[in-house]
Amino acid sequence: MCSTCGCETGEAVIEGGSSDHARLHAACMPHSHAHDDPVGHSSARILRIEQDILAKNDAYAAHNRRALAERGIFALNLVSAPGAGKTALLVQTIRALGAGCPICVVEGDQQTSNDAERIRATGARAVQINTGKGCHLDAHMVGHALAQLDPPRHGILMIENVGNLVCPAAFDLGEAHKVVLLSVTEGEDKPLKYPDMFRRASLMLLSKIDLLPHLDFDLRCCIDNARRTNPDLNVIGISARSGEGMAEWFAWIGKGAQLARAAGGAQAPAAPLAEWSVHA
Amino acid sequence: MHEMALAEEVLQIVQDTARREGLRRVHALWLEIGQLSSVEPEALRFCFDAVARDSIAAGARLEIVAAPGKAWCEACAEHVALAALGEACPRCGGYRLRVTGGTQMRVRELEAE
Repeated sequence: MCSTCGCETGEAVIEGGSSDHARLHAACMPHSHAHDDPVGHSSARILRIEQDILAKNDAYAAHNRRALAERGIFALNLVSAPGAGKTALLVQTIRALGAGCPICVVEGDQQTSNDAERIRATGARAVQINTGKGCHLDAHMVGHALAQLDPPRHGILMIENVGNLVCPAAFDLGEAHKVVLLSVTEGEDKPLKYPDMFRRASLMLLSKIDLLPHLDFDLRCCIDNARRTNPDLNVIGISARSGEGMAEWFAWIGKGAQLARAAGGAQAPAAPLAEWSVHA
Repeated sequence: MHEMALAEEVLQIVQDTARREGLRRVHALWLEIGQLSSVEPEALRFCFDAVARDSIAAGARLEIVAAPGKAWCEACAEHVALAALGEACPRCGGYRLRVTGGTQMRVRELEAE
């Protein structure tokens, strides 16, 4: 059992965690109960529950959001299909902005710590969450990763979710915004195929746009499709390789980070590490 | 397959309630799943049957009540029915729509003893 919040052990593993903290109940696997009494319906009654299925995740997310806000940290949840270029984008973003503003990264993948190692090679702090068979990060895992990472005040937190355009849509992590990446080597109709994710994002980054001359990708059509589910969606075309559009992306981050810093205030002392702890 | 994670959350809610109320057996559950939520009801049903096996809710009947999708159409300045995300306003054919209902995923009631 985890000594931070009493969660049961499960499949997710956070690298660098103590043996107690490292395993989380991502799966929240139920324990079985033996019932040897014969079941009769005579004493059956109806109980009103009226509870959101994701209430627990949402409570963890609210805790993360509050802790991040108190530190004036601007947090983004990066989502995309696998291979859209999330890690490459992060590496270039850290290289460009990391000197002026501390950037910490939470990496989510089913297995390997390859992505966290790519981030650490830039000098930035990163913690890898391996979700095991899980297809998305949840707010509880991220809370534990934050306890591990202890992100500094007035910095930026990038959460790179598991590459998946379906499941991560439903799980709030406590971020300020979801940023969805769609590479131009994918189809223009992806926002129509996976509308929930595009509806919940504040910004769509069309990545790998240096490849456009070699493709039949219709940029306008893709943006129109995305705005069918999200009329207010911001869109920036970027290439982490050529640098195209990156200045606009940096400016977007800069604006958010400035607001988070101002709202976080300088008056309160930095929250001690224990404040990241997730309480069940 | 986030329906598995959702099914586990449903079972957790059932088990928490059972502990609190001293329940011995759960016969049926009523869920409200919005038409515009990210849940496939049949997948949820399948996953719940799997995770509830050997639990207090083993074999429980899962009643899934669909809640209709609703949106505010800016052009019509009216609430309209929306069957799926990405669809046009049924009145004006436009896409300036803001989802206002049908995204919920709730456990409403249990029948238990």
